[in-house]
Amino acid sequence: MPMNDIQRFKGTDRYVATDDLMMAVNAAITLGRPLLIKGEPGTGKTQLAQEIARSLNRPLYEWHIKSTSKAQQGLYEYDAVSRLRDSQLGEERVHDIRNYIIKGRLWEAFESPVQPVLLIDEIDKADIEFPNDLLRELDRMEFYVHETRELVQARHRPIILITSNNEKELPDAFLRRCFFHYIRFPDEPTMRAIVAVHYPQLKKELLAEALAAFFEVRATPGLKKKPSTSELLDWIKLLVAEDIAPEALRSGDARKVIPILHGALLKNEQDVHLFEQLVFMHRRAR
Amino acid sequence: MLVRFFFELRAAGVPVSITEFLTLLAALEARLAAVSAQDFYHLARACLVKDERHYDRFDRVFAQVFAGAERVFADLSAQVPAEWLQSLAERVFSAEERRQVESLGGWDKLMETLRERLREQRERHAGGHHWIGTGGTSPFGAGGYNPLGVRMGKAGPGQRSAVKLWERREYRNFDDTVELGTRNLKLALRRLRRFAREGAPEELDLERTIDATARNGGLLDLHLVPQRHNAVKVLLFLDVGGSMDGHVRICEELFSAARSEFKHLEYFYFHNCLYESVWKDNQRRFEALIATERVLRTYGRDYRVILVGDATMSPYEIVQPGGSIEHWNEEAGAVWMQRLAAAFPRLVWLNPEDPARWAYTPSTRILRDLLHGRMYPLSLGGLDLAIGELRRPLSGTAAAGAAAGATSVTQGPPPPVP
Repeated sequence: MPMNDIQRFKGTDRYVATDDLMMAVNAAITLGRPLLIKGEPGTGKTQLAQEIARSLNRPLYEWHIKSTSKAQQGLYEYDAVSRLRDSQLGEERVHDIRNYIIKGRLWEAFESPVQPVLLIDEIDKADIEFPNDLLRELDRMEFYVHETRELVQARHRPIILITSNNEKELPDAFLRRCFFHYIRFPDEPTMRAIVAVHYPQLKKELLAEALAAFFEVRATPGLKKKPSTSELLDWIKLLVAEDIAPEALRSGDARKVIPILHGALLKNEQDVHLFEQLVFMHRRAR
Repeated sequence: MLVRFFFELRAAGVPVSITEFLTLLAALEARLAAVSAQDFYHLARACLVKDERHYDRFDRVFAQVFAGAERVFADLSAQVPAEWLQSLAERVFSAEERRQVESLGGWDKLMETLRERLREQRERHAGGHHWIGTGGTSPFGAGGYNPLGVRMGKAGPGQRSAVKLWERREYRNFDDTVELGTRNLKLALRRLRRFAREGAPEELDLERTIDATARNGGLLDLHLVPQRHNAVKVLLFLDVGGSMDGHVRICEELFSAARSEFKHLEYFYFHNCLYESVWKDNQRRFEALIATERVLRTYGRDYRVILVGDATMSPYEIVQPGGSIEHWNEEAGAVWMQRLAAAFPRLVWLNPEDPARWAYTPSTRILRDLLHGRMYPLSLGGLDLAIGELRRPLSGTAAAGAAAGATSVTQGPPPPVP
């Protein structure tokens, strides 16, 4: 298939994609294989699918996985209980089993008239067997409905994005079928680009000071939960809303020990304590 | 070239399969990466590597296979500024590795050796285990496998070429072989999960449904068995301080990775042996103490207890009141161990020390006796045995054994240790 026929993903006005991420996405789209995305929480894994759908103008189907999710739920479910109840009440619809087959997200995506984007979010939340149960479906893009003896095939191979937070190991057979990308924590230039995309009219000095303070907080050794991109964006939103002067953020002359509105960055009290202690020691050493 | 790359990757421990290699070829055929080496690098990585822990190894092999010809060490001057080496090494090494290096004589010695070898060495060298060069196991050079190694990247002084993407090696921290024992973590986690997942999720109670429906005059009356999910509750006691810190960190990682699987998981720290107080925060371990007695009272008998420690100390620290090396303890550690064993019938001690050495450490023998042999090595096999012990139903021999153990303290000949 010549490359020109395929739309390529290049990031959007709301999402900054690094070169390697774009390559992984485009490879997955071109070869029609699922793309597995891992990375620290808050680095925009879920958002990626939404942005791909938006930039390529494709419908998005989201399937959020919980610890109780089963692979079958993504295909279809047969509601035997309501059929049984209907049969007792003598309903007419009971004669057609198709009335009791409830389509799952995967089926819906398979039926889409244009190539859709399917997001399987946080696959590691589910049982260990979950990915294995989807192997054939993701490989051949088809599955069999036993109740009605029909074969459901994808009209267009969906662009499948799978995210994982690394809570569980995924089976090798599953991994072999995917492309893989690990979203690394952005470096400072990338972070600048990300902030610029979200808050274009932000004052330059404030941004510089905020980023410096942010990377300083991230560099604190021993933090339980390091602040991530989404937390930085929240924090900047607060700073803008409160109209804080850039000078106030500079830790050198700050009379306060920790950054203003730190609650957006540090999410548990041990971390705040730790940070306070370090700042305190730092100041005494001067 | 590509086939050699494939085999080099496998040799370096990146689990690449033929399917993935064919995927890469298909992607190349689709002209996904024809423009630049960087594109090819990104594409190959997305196709072949499925775990960020292998990124670093991939980078090393990539650098070796595709840039090996360029790398020339001859022009690296024999006069290497010490500050530069120091900064380079600090950037490349993790804290853990730095500690390892310290134990082997420290920076200065390593750097001294490096400078000596640079002086002795005249030409470019590849392979081998002594000279500076590529692909060897010497501590000095690039693309090697010595964890203590100093990476000699291409950004030397006076040589202003940019460091290539795959030579930056930013994924080093994700590599699992870097840290001691983390390689097994994956498998250990699988074992723990099996332990945590007890009972089936929601299911239809067929018998009761049939029964109730029949009584109901044929009108359907469904009965479901309530969901029993992640029922396991665990108390984790970790020995901190001194030689145990590395092991404890692994255990903490292991259990917090499995945390979502447990219904409850609580951590406590102790030092060497269990006494009247434990703590939860190592930074404030002398202020924020928790009475052990309170722990015994708070958590029910259905909790499983896992102690992690090397059990290596002076026997007095266990059997004598006041034997603790840190404070005056009114009651001997052995008494507290027995109380713990009595309160929680399902209890194991995981010991990272080599089991072959247990017999020669009196304190290990004493603790093993106190726990009626329920001490297991911190290895996959040991974890299996420990979990088997923890899975036993509550009213078993363990409870009886713990109760019997409360009468005799320490003396008497220890049973043979396997």
